Amino acid sequence: MEQEIMLMKGNEAIAHAAIRCGTDGYFGYPITPQSEIIETLAQLRPWETTGMVVLQAESEVASINMVYGGAGAGKRVLTSSSSPGIALMQEGIAYMAGAELPGVFVNVQRGGPGLGTIQPSQSDYFQATRGGGNGDYNVIVLAPASVQEMADFVDLAFELAFRYRNPAMILSDGVIGQMMERVVLPPMKPRRSEEEIRRECPWATIGRSKDRPVNIISSLELDSQEMEKRNLHLQEKYRTIREHEARYELTTTEDADMLIVAFGSAARIAQKAIELAEEEGMKADLLRPITLWPFPAEALREAAKGKRGILVVEINAGQMVQDVRLCLEGSVPIQHFGRLGGIVPDSEEIVGELRNFKKQSS
Amino acid sequence: MTTEIIISGFGGQGILSMGKILAYCALMDGKEATWMPAYGPEQRGGTANVTVIVSDKPISSPILSRYDIAIVLNQPSLDKFQHRVKPGGTLIYDCFGISSPPTRTDIQVFSIDAMAKATELQNAKVFNMVVLGALLGTHPITSTDALRRVLEKTLPERSHSLIPLNLQAVEEGRKMVSQA
Repeated sequence: MEQEIMLMKGNEAIAHAAIRCGTDGYFGYPITPQSEIIETLAQLRPWETTGMVVLQAESEVASINMVYGGAGAGKRVLTSSSSPGIALMQEGIAYMAGAELPGVFVNVQRGGPGLGTIQPSQSDYFQATRGGGNGDYNVIVLAPASVQEMADFVDLAFELAFRYRNPAMILSDGVIGQMMERVVLPPMKPRRSEEEIRRECPWATIGRSKDRPVNIISSLELDSQEMEKRNLHLQEKYRTIREHEARYELTTTEDADMLIVAFGSAARIAQKAIELAEEEGMKADLLRPITLWPFPAEALREAAKGKRGILVVEINAGQMVQDVRLCLEGSVPIQHFGRLGGIVPDSEEIVGELRNFKKQSS
Repeated sequence: MTTEIIISGFGGQGILSMGKILAYCALMDGKEATWMPAYGPEQRGGTANVTVIVSDKPISSPILSRYDIAIVLNQPSLDKFQHRVKPGGTLIYDCFGISSPPTRTDIQVFSIDAMAKATELQNAKVFNMVVLGALLGTHPITSTDALRRVLEKTLPERSHSLIPLNLQAVEEGRKMVSQA
């Protein structure tokens, strides 16, 4: 069958993909720039077809706790919000990390701090990659750079979340959420049956069977000896994730002596800057981390080899640049370029930065 | 080939829809396209704009600071975007309410009166299709056939009776720039 040509917003792609990858429930509260997710779900009425629940909660705090409940029952549950809303959800996310529950959160970032602005930003990198709530934990963070990846990462995030019994986040921004481009939607996958959940999620609280002890889902453990064991187990799990799940995209130019590191929409803008720079005879490679946690450290070390300088482009005041510095430990000069408060950098500004940086390092 | 376009005017003029139709046509033609609106607390009568890029190859940045073509439908948009057209590029503007016309001499400038034409066609809502026609008259980015297919695909069934009028509006827009 001929592939249907579809043009849609990143936010709309998230909604379509959620239904198609067998999501059991979406719980959310509208906020710009991601309200099209819940709007599209409401228009598509999946409760009439796949049986997926779509519920507008009374607040972000309520939605994350609905996700906590759904995840506890082994369901594929999803929520989405934008920066201030995700900040409100952090308690629930930390509980889920502590209780080892899978769940997917979409953050279509806007500028902060606080209520900030409704314009695009990448200033929640720290919050997303350092856990976000209290305690020693990490969530898996995927950073889409196109509408296609918005669609593809919903299922991927669920797969990773269930594989590791850990929350996973799709860290997008107002550019990718609001822009339209071509998308090929994933094939329809049925929701899992109760039987499948029972088999694949033996930890789920869906009614006790005689052959196993009671399942208890809680992040609370008052015995410190036990709590340390639990933490060590989490750390062991994070080590496995770091070893196996780092993802990135490397775009090379022949004879490039500079490297740009950028994620999400900033990587698209940086790619354009590289095209413009080439017209001036400047050559740069682009490393785009796809997973922000785990950070693709090995790939970065490899891409940095032989480079005269590394320019980290972000729509924030300098967050991922810290991971780049930690990774390369002073082996190569590193600079950061970013715009703040909802201003998206321009490719020509990046070319200017590249020009200056190159001058300084020669 | 890559064509970078900004369409800007008042909210309610059909700017976002026009951009979407253009982007959809490009996909129908087997090309790539991006559509990036300036989103925000926009309202009818406020300003609105959308960046549409059409290309034969994958598109990097959906956000630009300089354009091959600017289509401006009010004075604030003209003031903002005329200087962001690349030398040798094209500026199409609707003359209604324009008190200071464009001053650039290193670009092609087309003035159209799309509202008068839409009124003549007895449906003010086809204003944006007249403007789209003017764009296609200066740059044949897509065909009438692709346009018809996109309208059939994107308009609800109950509005399909309006497709001939929309296509006529596009033709009228095309004529406006060929006479200029």
